[in-house]
Amino acid sequence: MARLRALLALGFLLVAAAAGAVQPDEVMKDPALEARARTLSAELRCLVCQNQSIDDSDAPLARDIRLLIRDRIAQGEGNDSVRAFLVSRYGNFILLKPPFELSTVLLWLSGPLTLALGALGVYLARRRAPAPPPPLSAKEEKRLKEIAGDNE
Amino acid sequence: MIVEAGHFALILAFALSLAQASAPLVGARRGDPALMAVGTSAALGQFVLVALAFAALAWAHLTSDFSVLNVAENSHSAAPAIYKFSGVWGNHEGSMLLWTLILAVFGAIVAAFGRSLPSRLRADALAVQGMISAAFLAFILLTSNPFERLSPAPFEGQDLNPILQDPGLAIHPPLLYLGYVGFSIVFSFAAAALIEGRIDAAWARFVRPFALIAWCFLTLGIAVGSYWAYYTLGWGGFWFWDPVENASLMPWLAGTAFIHSAAVMEKRDALKVWTIFLAILVFSFSLLGTFLVRSGVLTSVHAFASDPRRGVFILIILAAFIAGPLALFAWRAPMLRQGGLFAPISREGALVLNNLLLTTVCAIVFFGTLYPLALEQVTGEKITVGAPFFNLTAGALLMAIAFATPFGFSLAWKRGDLLGVAQRLAVALAGGLVVLVALFAFVRGGPALAPIAASLAVFVMLGTLSEVVARAWRRGASLGVTLARLAGLPLSFWGGALAHFGAGVALLGLASTGFGAETIAMMKAGAAQTVGPYQITLDSLSDRAGPNYRETVGELTIRKDGVVVATVEPARRLFATRQMATTQAGIVTLRLGQVYTAIGDPGADGAVAARLYWKPLVTLIWFGAVVMALGGALSLADRRLRFGAPAPARSAAGAAARGAG
Repeated sequence: MARLRALLALGFLLVAAAAGAVQPDEVMKDPALEARARTLSAELRCLVCQNQSIDDSDAPLARDIRLLIRDRIAQGEGNDSVRAFLVSRYGNFILLKPPFELSTVLLWLSGPLTLALGALGVYLARRRAPAPPPPLSAKEEKRLKEIAGDNE
Repeated sequence: MIVEAGHFALILAFALSLAQASAPLVGARRGDPALMAVGTSAALGQFVLVALAFAALAWAHLTSDFSVLNVAENSHSAAPAIYKFSGVWGNHEGSMLLWTLILAVFGAIVAAFGRSLPSRLRADALAVQGMISAAFLAFILLTSNPFERLSPAPFEGQDLNPILQDPGLAIHPPLLYLGYVGFSIVFSFAAAALIEGRIDAAWARFVRPFALIAWCFLTLGIAVGSYWAYYTLGWGGFWFWDPVENASLMPWLAGTAFIHSAAVMEKRDALKVWTIFLAILVFSFSLLGTFLVRSGVLTSVHAFASDPRRGVFILIILAAFIAGPLALFAWRAPMLRQGGLFAPISREGALVLNNLLLTTVCAIVFFGTLYPLALEQVTGEKITVGAPFFNLTAGALLMAIAFATPFGFSLAWKRGDLLGVAQRLAVALAGGLVVLVALFAFVRGGPALAPIAASLAVFVMLGTLSEVVARAWRRGASLGVTLARLAGLPLSFWGGALAHFGAGVALLGLASTGFGAETIAMMKAGAAQTVGPYQITLDSLSDRAGPNYRETVGELTIRKDGVVVATVEPARRLFATRQMATTQAGIVTLRLGQVYTAIGDPGADGAVAARLYWKPLVTLIWFGAVVMALGGALSLADRRLRFGAPAPARSAAGAAARGAG
């Protein structure tokens, strides 16, 4: 954590250095359930870190949430319900992929909107520009062949 | 004394940059060659002075002069010489000085080798470059002085942050800054062209070498940073969509778009207005990245508010250098005449699509990075935009770009034949399809996108190769003729082919991450763990002392089917001065993939938490980036594009400039 902040302050591409993350004693016995826990924790933000998922973080809080997730999964809860519980507790801040809501409309549509605006720009620019000359007529093609000879 | 001389040199450089920012501009308006020539000498002088200032700071670091605050805070007398030196830019003040030094280097290159450029264009470009220098030198002198003294001087420094005590720090920031700042030249030339109100194909030829140099360095810088993160992190992640990373990715995306649109402008005299706009955009993203990283606004909006001096200063620089040229652009762009007609299905059309998609990816990264900051300011709501968002949005578009790449590369200029191109790419398409089917059929698990990405990667590589073949080989041609044709292809073509091939290689590496294996376990001496096709045994744990740290080292032996293939030594280091621990991963490359191991602190029972990974083809990610950069370098070596070299091009350019005016 502290290391991560130091790096960010320095502004280098490199991010954190966490040896911790998921510890052997946390791993669930059932591989299928563990895989579910891993998928879920890769989508959740470590709240006290910079842009790290709890899956990658060695912060104590991240460990607590990892254990909480595994607890709930072991009790038979679905991923959606665990996620909903965490959101009710920590807000959308915990989700690395923000939900599609009124406040995030612009974020989610930033790609499609840019693409549409760009396409519109291209269309307008083309309409303003004069049309390209028509393709060569058969006679011109023949003449071109003569000039080009047998090279092609 | 040397330190004060460095400070003084920096002040002189600031004064010179003011002269450089004004005199040539006036000279160009009045047609006064003497005033215009001030730009050349000022740029050269400024380079010498900033280099002196940098050398002075480096000297203070190398001799461990702890009476300098910057050295006392970031160095240690016991540190190895390489970390004393790279520590010069391992902090805010020093890295800004490096930034300015590179800015001065590029200015000096234009001044020294730009004699073949139209004199007014060169004068204007140097003036704009001078304005950027002046702004950043003022920033350093007023808010981030690296030469500040400390009294009384401490006996020992606080040491460089342990994670930065790595060869990565020596290479990564200089490469990245060469890329970031290299685009300033493109920006200056764009501003100069707008001031002149004239732009033609010759302009694209002047800036293309700079854009290529900057792009190559930025590509390498990002790759080195990614690999650095990969081996330091302890779990093998290499890209996190972190704002700091995004800050370097945005100029890269816009820069990649610029290189392509500049090619259209150079060859076909089309897309001029757009190319100029992109030139402004690329450097704006470089500045934005500098602002994001330097102002502290990322760590917390509140941290920014509590000490806003630096942040506000950079924000003003940012606003001035984006708004100014954009206003100039809005005023001048309608006057720029469009040339070079083309049909929608053509090389030009494909490059327009390339630019559209790359710009969209860039916009997504931009919004994803800044949206949380903006939303918190406006509504107080806190959200996070992380890897899952970017992988979904930007990832999908990048794949679309990958699919379109071989088509664009094979289409003819002006008017292309899509069906003919598809036939030429039939082998590549088939190859990609075979990979897709095979991966879906035989590989279990892993994300669904991985097989698609892998097949696209194969398509890009094969498609590039088939275009090379199509250029050289004709039915019935002998091997000798084909080879002669291959040798006769222009270097810029080879550069493009290599860069595209490299992109395919990198994509294959990225896709392969979906097929890796991971084992997390407590390991005791003698016990074996399996990861992927390998068995890994912990032989022993031992303590060692380094120059300024102590470490616990695990000796691991990697076997495949009982046969020893390698040994690795992952370690946990403790740095006493800062009471911080770092992870040294034990990595070995086996047939383009890597076995990646990391250990935690050993427990009382002699067992240690170990993380073992098998990452197939992972090296291709960085290898591909190097191939891309090599492609850029090859394109740079093309004689026709060499900066200011050939005499005939000079007269042609002059004639073109006169003709356009």
